[in-house]
Amino acid sequence: MGVEILMPALSPTMTEGKLAKWLKKEGDAVKAGDVIAEIETDKATMEVEAVDEGTLTRILVPEGTENVAVNAPIAELDGGGAPKAAPAPVAAPAPVAAAPATIPAAPRAVSAEKDWGPTKTMTVREALRDAMAAEMRRDADVFLIGEEVAQYQGAYKISQGLLDEFGPKRVMDMPITEHGFTGMAVGAAFTGLKPIVEFMTFNFSMQAIDQIINSAAKTLYMSGGQLGCPIVFRGANGAASRVAAQHSQCYASWYAHCPGLKVVAPWSAADAKGLLRAAIRDPNPVIFLENEILYGHSFECPTDEDFILPIGKAKVEREGTDVTILAFSIMVGMAMQAAEKLAEQGISAEVINLRSLRPLDIDTIVASVKKTNRVVTLEEGWPFAGIGAELAMQIIEHCFDDLDAPPVRVHGLDIPMPYAANLEKLALPRLEQVVDAARSVTYR
Amino acid sequence: MAAKAPPAKRRAKSAAEQPAMGRDALLQAYRDMLLIRRFEEKAGQLYGMGLIGGFCHLYIGQEAVVVGMQAALKPGDQVITSYRDHGHMLATGMEARGVMAELTGRIGGYSRGKGGSMHMFSREKGFYGGHGIVGAQVSLGAGLAFANMYRGNDHVAVAYFGEGASNQGQVYESLNLAALFKLPCIFVIENNKYGMGTSVDRASASRDLSQNGSPWGIPGEQVDGMNVVTVHEAAQRAVAHCRAGLGPYLLEMKTYRYRGHSMSDPAKYRTREEVQKMREQHDCLETARAMLLGQGVTEAELKKLDDEVKVIVQDSADFAQESPEPPESELWTDVLLPSPGSDGAFGQGVK
Repeated sequence: MGVEILMPALSPTMTEGKLAKWLKKEGDAVKAGDVIAEIETDKATMEVEAVDEGTLTRILVPEGTENVAVNAPIAELDGGGAPKAAPAPVAAPAPVAAAPATIPAAPRAVSAEKDWGPTKTMTVREALRDAMAAEMRRDADVFLIGEEVAQYQGAYKISQGLLDEFGPKRVMDMPITEHGFTGMAVGAAFTGLKPIVEFMTFNFSMQAIDQIINSAAKTLYMSGGQLGCPIVFRGANGAASRVAAQHSQCYASWYAHCPGLKVVAPWSAADAKGLLRAAIRDPNPVIFLENEILYGHSFECPTDEDFILPIGKAKVEREGTDVTILAFSIMVGMAMQAAEKLAEQGISAEVINLRSLRPLDIDTIVASVKKTNRVVTLEEGWPFAGIGAELAMQIIEHCFDDLDAPPVRVHGLDIPMPYAANLEKLALPRLEQVVDAARSVTYR
Repeated sequence: MAAKAPPAKRRAKSAAEQPAMGRDALLQAYRDMLLIRRFEEKAGQLYGMGLIGGFCHLYIGQEAVVVGMQAALKPGDQVITSYRDHGHMLATGMEARGVMAELTGRIGGYSRGKGGSMHMFSREKGFYGGHGIVGAQVSLGAGLAFANMYRGNDHVAVAYFGEGASNQGQVYESLNLAALFKLPCIFVIENNKYGMGTSVDRASASRDLSQNGSPWGIPGEQVDGMNVVTVHEAAQRAVAHCRAGLGPYLLEMKTYRYRGHSMSDPAKYRTREEVQKMREQHDCLETARAMLLGQGVTEAELKKLDDEVKVIVQDSADFAQESPEPPESELWTDVLLPSPGSDGAFGQGVK
């Protein structure tokens, strides 16, 4: 009986990939450990090794095939292998993406935002790269440093192609030394250069947090306005998938706490592109919180070469009248899904994509609350002193009398992130919690 | 612990053999050191009168280091240091008035009264602070050097830090980065033997801090930091190395602070005799004075400098007391710079 070789999951967030090349052909003998194929994931090209011995009897997916789903059979092996299906190198089943791969097509362009004209579909990853490339073309003082940003083309492929276009002086690989290279970048920014510092993930920014807060954020004030720090710190923030506590946390509240910083958290490709361009042009230090799971998600994004979004302005992603859901980053997608569900139940939810946490667009929030009189906040991060807590307090300060119910927070559980798939799922906000929260504040 | 004389410098010849500083240059150095000494004495007085608050770290004893280094730099070069920074500011040519008024927290201070003793800056003079976090200025200094490399100019950055800071992880990260990218950065360890109350012997397993960059191939020298001429000679070698594009350089200045770590430090961790011996036998001002007299400078000329410096310092102290405190409106300025295209309509956080 033959053994099926399955499309392997080669990264925590991979759901599909391209079968780039077969290195064995039908009829070839295969030993365990032989490289049999090359697969392109959303991040890199990886080799697939055989785990069983035998003869490759049939290739089910020809090379060059794109979008092959994880765990789909790609070939059959005949031989001494155990008579059960064995996925190639990775034993774990493909993770279920924590967020929907398809974004609800619900009413989108409803805010009073400037109409930027024609759009095209692109991933958040492409939008981030395009933003950096556009700003680097525009201003020779802009450069990118970080771990694996140059020759490796980015640990998450965000900087793909930038080394080729801009050369090694402007796209520089750093040793694994966040404290040192962050301080170095801040020092360079004090002279007027405009570094983009990529943290492979924001978890590693804690190694450098003194330079970010004590040096980048405070020096303008401490120098009586003499020494600005035009710098962008960007990278993946929040939970990815099955990477446990040290690699899964949201830094929104940490950084948004600090005066002297701006903190931005995009959701869509348009957010990513427009806000990153604004962040690079901003004369202040900007914390730019991306999300690994969103990198591969596609959205419509304006094609206008001048497209840019203002930092500090929220976007009403969906208009509604009964309850306001406030979210940022990947949770905007969940809020949109919740709004769909709520609509089916006769509740009209307004979804606000905060985009910027500091400065916070309190005006847009207050206008919405004055209309709906009910608020649900949604974030992946911890509740204590979190963004939801701040939102609730500011709403109370600005429009307490407009509230018909106490605000409700939906958030990650107040625990380090567990590894086990079932526990991780429980630790993060779930769609039904958002729906329930909206029902509770509307007393339905 | 018995006081030891600073060890002989590794490479530099004595001042008598090699007049790296001519008469005029030495006279200027003497005057600059004297200004720092008198300025710091006055700051100590004002602190005692309650006019200066918070932390105040005096540079008395170490003046030769920064004056000898600065004399080897040119306009456009950058300097960055820690919180013991008054001497560095005066050496870069920043006005005594502005420094003293910052110490008293007045609007006439370099940071409009918002930085204080440890946080002053002058882009014009190439002085990038004034940093309160031990060791942070070393990575920042590497960044100043990085900017020179990026811009393709021949400027050098000088990052000063103490022997206490030399144990910080980011210092080693910065040495690696500077060597890796050949940054024009001079790392100057001002080894005054005590990180607050902990002697270098109790804090560092390295017995020769000048070699702390050796794993990365950074040339290092131990220098008699109490002698402005030997400091200047070493500075010239370091500057030439960096300007030639050969990468970073490390100087360990053997120096000594006469006062406590800060104003509130009783300095019980060392003997009165140790301090006295350094003052009597190795004082940078007395050493320079003797050299100048040996070169035919008259007591009258030195007295004239003394008088000039006293006037500057007294004027700075007067200014620092006359300048008003910052208005309340200063609370909210300089938190963020205005963004291009911002119409000011966006939320500005919590007020």
